[in-house]
Amino acid sequence: MRDFRSERVKAIPPSGIRKFFDIAQEMEDIISLGVGEPDYDTPWNVREAAIRSIEQGQTAYTSNSGLPELRSLISRYLFDRFGVDYSPKNEIMITTGASEALDIAIRSVVNPGDEVLVAEPAYIAYTSGVMLSGGIPVYVPCTEKDHFRLTPDALMEKVTPKSKVLLCNFPNNPSGGVMSKDDYKAISDIIIDHDLLLISDEIYNELTYEGEPASAASIDGLRERTITINGFSKAFSMTGWRVGYLCAPEELCSAALKIHQYVMLSAPTGAQYAAVEALKNGWDSCAGMVSEYHVRRNLFVKSLNRAGLPCHMPKGAFYAFPSVKDTGLSDVVFAERLLKEHKVAVVPGSVFGPSGEGHLRCSYAVSRDDLLTAVARIEEFIGKL
Amino acid sequence: MPVRLMDEKDRMLLKLIEEDCRTSYAVLADMLDLDEDGVEKRIRRMEEEGIIRNYSACIDWEKAGDGHVAAILELKVTPERDFGYDKIAERIAHHNQVRSLRLISGAYDFSMLVYGKDIHEVTRFVSEQIAPMEHIKETATILIMKTYKENGYEIFEKKGRERLPYSF
Ligand SMILES: Cc1ncc(COP(=O)(O)O)c(C=O)c1O
Repeated sequence: MRDFRSERVKAIPPSGIRKFFDIAQEMEDIISLGVGEPDYDTPWNVREAAIRSIEQGQTAYTSNSGLPELRSLISRYLFDRFGVDYSPKNEIMITTGASEALDIAIRSVVNPGDEVLVAEPAYIAYTSGVMLSGGIPVYVPCTEKDHFRLTPDALMEKVTPKSKVLLCNFPNNPSGGVMSKDDYKAISDIIIDHDLLLISDEIYNELTYEGEPASAASIDGLRERTITINGFSKAFSMTGWRVGYLCAPEELCSAALKIHQYVMLSAPTGAQYAAVEALKNGWDSCAGMVSEYHVRRNLFVKSLNRAGLPCHMPKGAFYAFPSVKDTGLSDVVFAERLLKEHKVAVVPGSVFGPSGEGHLRCSYAVSRDDLLTAVARIEEFIGKL
Repeated sequence: MPVRLMDEKDRMLLKLIEEDCRTSYAVLADMLDLDEDGVEKRIRRMEEEGIIRNYSACIDWEKAGDGHVAAILELKVTPERDFGYDKIAERIAHHNQVRSLRLISGAYDFSMLVYGKDIHEVTRFVSEQIAPMEHIKETATILIMKTYKENGYEIFEKKGRERLPYSF
C-alpha cells in the first residue's frame, strides 16, 4: 500500500509535547501549569444567552460571515477600545475560534514558496499553518532582553525579497510579551517599505496588565495591510465554544470568507449568541478575571524568582516564561524531570521556537494554591540539582 | 474624621481579604506588589478607620451537625418622632438571635435574619420578644429551607470540570 499522507502533512514535525501528555496522563496528583486556557467557567449570563437561543430554536446556520448583530458589536468594540474602524458589513467575519481565523488568513494569502516571517516564540499552530499552505516559515526572534517584543532590528535581519507575510501575536503566548502602540509604530515602516502583509493575532489583548493594549491596525499605514484576529476564548473564558473573528479590508476579508464558506459554512450558532451577550454584558466578568490573573501573575513570578528560577515580569496573557539556563538543564529535560520527579507539568519553551529554548511556559491560569504548591515543588527540584 | 482617599491597591487588598482573610501578609504583598510592612500598615489603617469591620468564617452549620434553623423576619414599625427608625433598630439588633438587620423599601420596614436551635425557638423569639415591642405593627416570618449561596459562594456540590493537562 502507498503512503497516502500528503507531503505537506508529513513535513510537519511531530508535536514536541506528545511525550509529556502521555506521562502526565499516567500520573496522579500532578499540578498542571501546562494549560493554555482560563480556569474560569464562562460567565453565567453568557451561558444563559446560549441556552435561551437554543430554546428559541436558533439552531440553523447563520450567514457565512456570522450574525450581523455580533459583527456590529465587534466593530463598535474595536473602535471604542483601539480606535480601529472595521465595517461590520464586509470587513468582519465570525470564525470557529481564532484558530480557524488563523488558518484561513494564512491560506488566503500564502502561495507555495512565499516566506512568512513568524515572530517567535510563537503559538504552535503558526508553523504548521504556514507549512500546510506551502509557505516557508522564517523565524524572527523576540528575546528576553527586548522583553519579548518584536524589534525593527530583528525584523530587518530576516526580511528578504521573498517575504510576503509577517505573523505575530501580542500579548504573546508563550512569553507574555506585549507590544505597545509605539512598539508597533517602530516596525510599521519596515512592514510598509517591504510591502508585507501583517497577520496580527490579538486574542490576549484584554489580558494586559501594564499599559494600554494596542491593536496593530490602529497604526497609520497598517490597517490596509493587516488581518486582525481575535476571539472570545481568553477574554471571556470561552475556549470550548469555538468562536472568534477575523477583520481585514474588504478584499482580504472576502478572500478569507471564500475559504470559510466552503470549509466551515458558519461558526457555531449558539456560540455566536453567547458571544453577543459577552460583548454586551460580559465586561464586568472579564475585568474580574483579569484582576485575578494580575495578582496571580505577581504572586507566581515573584515566588519563582525567589525560588531560584529567574523570570521576567510578563505584561500580558497568562503565562510566565522563566529561564532554566542557570540550572544547566535544557528546557526539555527540565520539564520532563519536573513532571516525572515532582509532578508539575509545564511546557518546554523550545516547543514555541528557537527563542523559547531554555525557558518554560508556565500558565498561571490556575488557582493560587496550586501556583504556590508548584513553586514549592520547583524549588525542591532545583535544590537537588 | 476626614476619610483618606483609597488607592487601587487598597481596593484590591480589600477584595482579596474579603475573599480570604487568612491570606498571609507575605502572599498579599506579592500579589499587590507591595512589601509585607506596606500590607500590614494598610490593613491596620483600614481597621482603624472601620473600613474593615471584622474577620469571620463562613460556616455550614448544617454540615457541622448543629442543626439550627434560620428565618427571615420582616417587620412593619412606626417610626419614632426625633429618632426615626434608628432607636428601635438598635433595640432589635441587641438580641443575640438577630444575625442581620436592615431597613428596606417596600411593604415592610425592616428585614432581619434570625437564628434559633429549632423552629419553636424562632417562633417563641418572634412572639415573645419582637412582636410585643412598642412600635411594631406587623411581623412576617419566613423560614429558610435551604441555602444555595452565601457571601458570594455557591454551596451546592459542583461537578468538577474537565480540563486537559496540556493545551496551547
Ligand atoms: C496565540 C493564540 N492564538 C489563537 C489561539 C486559539 O484560540 P481559539 O480558542 O479562539 O481558537 C490560542 C489558544 O491558545 C492562542 O494562544
